[in-house]
Amino acid sequence: MAMTLAEKIFKSHLKDEPFPGTKVLDIDVVMCHEITTPIAINDLAARGKDRVFNADKIKAVIDHVTPAKDSKTARQGKILRDWARRHKINDFFDIGKNGVCHAIFPEKGFIRPGYTVIMGDSHTCTHGAFGAFAAGVGTTDLEVGILKGVCAFRQPKTIRVNINGVMPEGVYAKDVILRIIKELTVNGATDCVIEFQGSVVKGMSMESRMTLCNMAIEAGGTSGVCMPDEVTVAYLWPFIFTDYKDKKAALEDFRKWWSDEGCQYVKVIGIDVSHLEPQVTCGYKPDEVRDISDMEGTPVDQVYIGSCTNGRIEDLRVAAAYLKGRTIAPTVRGIISPATPKIFREADEEGLIKIFMDAGFCVTNPTCGACLGMSNGVLAPGEVCASTTNRNFNGRMGKGGMVHLMSPAVAAVTALEGKISDPRKFGEKGIK
Amino acid sequence: MKSFGGKVLFLDRADINTDEIIPARFLTEISKEALKPHMLEDLQLEGFDPDDPMNKEAKVIVTRANFGCGSSREHAPWVFEINDINVVIASSFARIFRQNMFNCGMLAIELSESDIDKLFGFRNSHARIDMDFDKNSLTISSEKGSKAFLYRIAEFDKALVSAGGWVEFADAKY
Repeated sequence: MAMTLAEKIFKSHLKDEPFPGTKVLDIDVVMCHEITTPIAINDLAARGKDRVFNADKIKAVIDHVTPAKDSKTARQGKILRDWARRHKINDFFDIGKNGVCHAIFPEKGFIRPGYTVIMGDSHTCTHGAFGAFAAGVGTTDLEVGILKGVCAFRQPKTIRVNINGVMPEGVYAKDVILRIIKELTVNGATDCVIEFQGSVVKGMSMESRMTLCNMAIEAGGTSGVCMPDEVTVAYLWPFIFTDYKDKKAALEDFRKWWSDEGCQYVKVIGIDVSHLEPQVTCGYKPDEVRDISDMEGTPVDQVYIGSCTNGRIEDLRVAAAYLKGRTIAPTVRGIISPATPKIFREADEEGLIKIFMDAGFCVTNPTCGACLGMSNGVLAPGEVCASTTNRNFNGRMGKGGMVHLMSPAVAAVTALEGKISDPRKFGEKGIK
Repeated sequence: MKSFGGKVLFLDRADINTDEIIPARFLTEISKEALKPHMLEDLQLEGFDPDDPMNKEAKVIVTRANFGCGSSREHAPWVFEINDINVVIASSFARIFRQNMFNCGMLAIELSESDIDKLFGFRNSHARIDMDFDKNSLTISSEKGSKAFLYRIAEFDKALVSAGGWVEFADAKY
């Protein structure tokens, strides 16, 4: 029977079906951070079950508030750190080596096609970019994942999104996914996997595919997924070269996960990007998305470039291309947070950090901080932030604050002008 | 098993997200008790006052579509649990929130939008909802009268509630 990628992963990982429609899956990677894991750790200890199912399959990072900003966040970090040491979790990333979870774990090669991945974080859907089934879960699911290596899901339905056309100048993966969320709405993909297909996806880097999959949850999706192809093989090659004779053999192996021709989709939508404008959110829901031409001129107080959506090297290169040799508006506070130490180092070696600092940006260490209003750039009531993050909920980046979601390109030129601006009007050498 | 039913808190808006239920600034807490005063603190809803003492009497929430969207934080069900609210009734839920509710042995009940409208007809009348867990039915009553509804619940979700949550269920079985 023809199957989708998600159905194939479910079939290969099925441990139990306790009731019709409920699939208990074996989990390949259980990922942990310091916000949602400590309560699971404490609960396991209280139950006399302070164990882990497999220390090699558990990955942990302190990323949401790092370095700790107060005693409470220090305590959360300590609980995770002590637990990782106690159980010999070798893939634990602390100060100096830590980065935003959905950027650092793929960078380390932890995610492979066909994997099942859970984390106590809704943006876990990011990892579907590798052809994995990756779902955000709550602390209880995480706790059972840590203890037993299993998680229960309903049989997945898949929505296929065909992305075709030619990406115009100034338009990026972020614009594409914002446009898709506008079409699907904030709950249009609830209990569904969103499968991104089409020539535009084939031409995308892994970084761009992660940007697409990252925001699947903003349409309610369980996981975003892309078919693992040559680009996936090339990205993973340093981690898999001993497993395969050559890249061709790896690709052949990865292809087994591809959705079959004739498989069942609950919905198929198409988007032609050829005439897509840069996209910006306007309200307090991620499906409230407008063309940039409707949003230009909106004043902002802060510009934030970073996060698991757009804090990768490709994003920093794009921002730097617009910022090079220019300075940001005096009314704007610019903050850039490279998502991992590796990205930070690359950005430094490529001269991007200098460009950002010359432009007047503050460059922070890798952390989630500002995206959810926890640290490193919290808004005051009434303030407006142009942000490359994924959620524009009321007060998300600080109580009473307003967030406009956008690509790094739009964010960069918005910082220059002090108001939402169109990157297509900026060349690399000045305003066109 | 937890106890279900009692006075109703009506939240008449779709897409209420987990940041509104319990803002991220309280996620540095590591006990449920510490969350207690902050339930729905950032909810954007006209006429809603998070400090209204009537909220504290509620045992059931009735609301609209896509309740609990956004972050995976289980702090959202926990802040209800610690305030003695073990039932949320909506026309639909975000997946992670719904699963978190059942994983905690709490009830996330879906009814059709027209049934939800009927429940909202009891607003401003000191309504209460009583749950018959075995029969998959609930009854709303007030000075305006009473009305019963049947709901559907997945067998797995019902088993989780009976077991007291997913940790108990999984630990006994896997």
